[in-house]
Amino acid sequence: MNEMLFFAFRNKKLRIGLSIVLFFVFLGLFGPLISKYKDPLEYVGTGYQPPSKEFWLGTTTFGQDVFTQLVYGIRSSFLVGLIGGGLATLIGLIIGFFAGYEGGWIDELLMMITNILLVIPTLALLIILAAYLPYRGILVESIIIGFTAWPWTARAVRAQTLSLRVREFVNLARITGRSHLKIILYEIMPNMFSYVFMVFILQFGGAILAAVGLDFIGLGPTKGISIGLMMQNAVLWNAIQLGMWWWAIPPGLVITLIVGALYFMNTGLDEVFNPRLREM
Amino acid sequence: MLEVKNLKLYYKTLKGYVKAVDDVSFTVEDGELLGLAGESGCGKSTLGNGIVLLKPPMYYMGGEVYLDKQKLPIEDYEKMRNFRFTKVSIIPQYAMDALNPTRKIGKYIQEVLLSKGIEPESVINDLMERLTMVNLPERVLNMYPIELSGGMKQRMVMVISTLLNPSLLIADEITSALDVSSQKAVCLMIKDFKDAGIVKSLIFVTHDLSVLYQIADRIMIMYAGKIAEIGTTKQLIENPVHPYTRMLLNSLPEVGIRYTERLLKGIPGQPPQLLNPPTGCRFKDRCPFRGSECDEEPPLVKVEEHHVAYCWKVKANA
Amino acid sequence: MKKYLRMKILVYVLTFIFAVTIDWLIPRLMPGNPILVLVSRFSGLPESARVIYSYLTKAFGLDEPMWKQYLNFWIAFLKGDLGISIYLYPKPVLDVLKSALPFSLGLLLPSIIASWIVGNNLGAIAARRKRLDSIMLPTMYFITGAPYLWLGILLAYYFGVVLRIFPIAGAYSFALRPHWSWLFISDYLKHWILPFLSLFIVQLGGWAIGMRNMVIYELESNYSRYLETLGVKQKLIRKYAFRNAILPQVTGLALQLGTIIAGQVTTEVVFSYPGIGYVLTQAILNQDYFLIQGCFIFIIIGVLVANFTVDLVYMLLDPRVRYSYGGEI
Repeated sequence: MNEMLFFAFRNKKLRIGLSIVLFFVFLGLFGPLISKYKDPLEYVGTGYQPPSKEFWLGTTTFGQDVFTQLVYGIRSSFLVGLIGGGLATLIGLIIGFFAGYEGGWIDELLMMITNILLVIPTLALLIILAAYLPYRGILVESIIIGFTAWPWTARAVRAQTLSLRVREFVNLARITGRSHLKIILYEIMPNMFSYVFMVFILQFGGAILAAVGLDFIGLGPTKGISIGLMMQNAVLWNAIQLGMWWWAIPPGLVITLIVGALYFMNTGLDEVFNPRLREM
Repeated sequence: MLEVKNLKLYYKTLKGYVKAVDDVSFTVEDGELLGLAGESGCGKSTLGNGIVLLKPPMYYMGGEVYLDKQKLPIEDYEKMRNFRFTKVSIIPQYAMDALNPTRKIGKYIQEVLLSKGIEPESVINDLMERLTMVNLPERVLNMYPIELSGGMKQRMVMVISTLLNPSLLIADEITSALDVSSQKAVCLMIKDFKDAGIVKSLIFVTHDLSVLYQIADRIMIMYAGKIAEIGTTKQLIENPVHPYTRMLLNSLPEVGIRYTERLLKGIPGQPPQLLNPPTGCRFKDRCPFRGSECDEEPPLVKVEEHHVAYCWKVKANA
Repeated sequence: MKKYLRMKILVYVLTFIFAVTIDWLIPRLMPGNPILVLVSRFSGLPESARVIYSYLTKAFGLDEPMWKQYLNFWIAFLKGDLGISIYLYPKPVLDVLKSALPFSLGLLLPSIIASWIVGNNLGAIAARRKRLDSIMLPTMYFITGAPYLWLGILLAYYFGVVLRIFPIAGAYSFALRPHWSWLFISDYLKHWILPFLSLFIVQLGGWAIGMRNMVIYELESNYSRYLETLGVKQKLIRKYAFRNAILPQVTGLALQLGTIIAGQVTTEVVFSYPGIGYVLTQAILNQDYFLIQGCFIFIIIGVLVANFTVDLVYMLLDPRVRYSYGGEI
């Protein structure tokens, strides 16, 4: 474990990725406290204003403070990532473990469902679900994302479980008559911890991106603010054509940096966990 | 004829060098099959692979290798390219998936030969002849590796590796993945290859002494990166002198003995880790005859003609 | 081989049935009776409300038992009846989608194919040049992390507003009607280039990273090692590694399709590009449920066709699939 931490600190990709992500986590946590305005939707000044001392990232067409919106948006993005990504990982894990460990018809059935959902684009499913929900909050959005994004995780976890279940320590546990659930929880799961962690990071980033897409096409939270909503409003009110770069560009830049850093961090983690990939 | 002098091959790790082959000298005569045995991690595979393909994380740390009186530039990856396949060849441990899965075998051989600058037509007769020798039908050339069984793939690799009549062939653990009856067949085939003069010298790497007993002319025992004992098969089986060889032979199951009567004796203890091996004899921690002199490098003792051991406790007979 | 195909087809057929069922079920499960919501939206326009109401009751067959409703849905669907658009009333949904489809495909297919080819080659080059790799890899990670729509915004802002080289809205100028002439084609291409680029660039990152990792993996595999022991030229080893690394990238094409389509939808919105994605967003903003459902079905059919094509191509390329399911061993 200590050795693992040593490599974790040495790994440049991990360090860079983690720093960027942490920077935005702090911005999301403390940004709302340092921004001058408390309500991201409040009209606090005249519209069309470029960045200034008064408005750090300028104002929208209607005179809302872009910086305030951005920090609240970052907050909700991380929330979606945490809940949506967490839920997708959890469902994927449960289905993957049971399909891989139990085998037989349970496996066939679960994998058939997984394969079907894998073919259907997540966004299409999200659209049809979200379109009929009249009131949506960030929580509901996250849950919908979580419930649709798990299939690839299930398939990957199943493959890992298949290779683990024939290993001696699992056999040993089986002979001693432990229940399947216990074997999965105490024997298989710990051996896949690093893998599961990396899957979660990918799902985290995926959920953030999915939410941006949903919000942007008008299926986001019906109240409050998010990065996707900011971009939707910017495009809807012609921020690009009017040259309001401070409104149109920063939200997407933040998402790109967060998600890119997450992916980058993940390759770093891969190198830490798999000694074979470490650079000598 | 192969001559290896003071060869050192280390693995580079973050913690330092792992001394997998440490100052090893031996020879293999023409027409001779040398069996190379030892526990896993003793450096026998490193030795076999290092002579053919030396690349990071394995590093050359000294010594020379001569093949037919010519020095092999084993430390130079590029210069060595011309010797591989034509002069030295290996049947690797992973023979089951050594072939490109997406090329038909005939096409594969053709492309490999062309890449070596050899006209495929010039070896076609050899190829057909050798397929017959290993009981493979001609039509395998028109198949993908996945269509062949594990044993067939291994025999195919055997044919490919020896196609250009190399002076030295290294067979690395080729029996470990096979069942007992196929083991014997493969061993006999490889002996045929040597007897037919297709390869001149042969090193047969295995952890299984009983296999060597049937085919080897001489046997070399390695322990923790060093040679423990070398002798003809007869000498080694009938008169092992190194304590390690004796214990290794004792741990072999014998035909006709029921294990309920005589429990297999494993060797107590673990081989030392090769990152910082103990000074002097590397076997001393597990050796029942250990004495104070064993902290010094053990001497080479010539027991009889062709029979040598590296040990303080062995007395020369001659 | 036949078994492999049969399994795949089974999954696709089930997927299709599942998707159509979802399409039918969701409006009936959701709280707040969307049909009433729908009708109430048209109460301001008495005559159309009457038409819509009678159409809706007929379409949803609310007075009939559930199984009958389900059956009717399928029958209508198989006849090509996807309902009538409310937002573009009285245009049938099928017609709306049919006229939008060419614009979507015209963006989607070239961007997928071009990014796949360029990305794979970039990845393969990066796999063997350490210095290039150390610059390219981080760049590519951030590129894949970028939402498609943001790249669209960025390109639109820079090329459309700052430099004013390309138009940033629509698929062709307002003054023109689609027809075959150089004037129209050049106008079309001018509108096409920016949305194409934003789709192309984001996808590029994923392919390049995937290929780079696969080539490195293949170069470390046993068959590459054996080729090294045979002392063949590096060129042959790389050739084999590239060919084998391409295979998972073909499968990746099918797996990525969902994300690509999602990206396509948002990109079309950024550029007001009149494809399926743009129609879908308009439908959502106007709560045009028939149109939303129609888009859903269209996307599913498209994905299924694409998946099947990928499967066929994959079978041609990889002998392992052909034999491992064929029982020829």
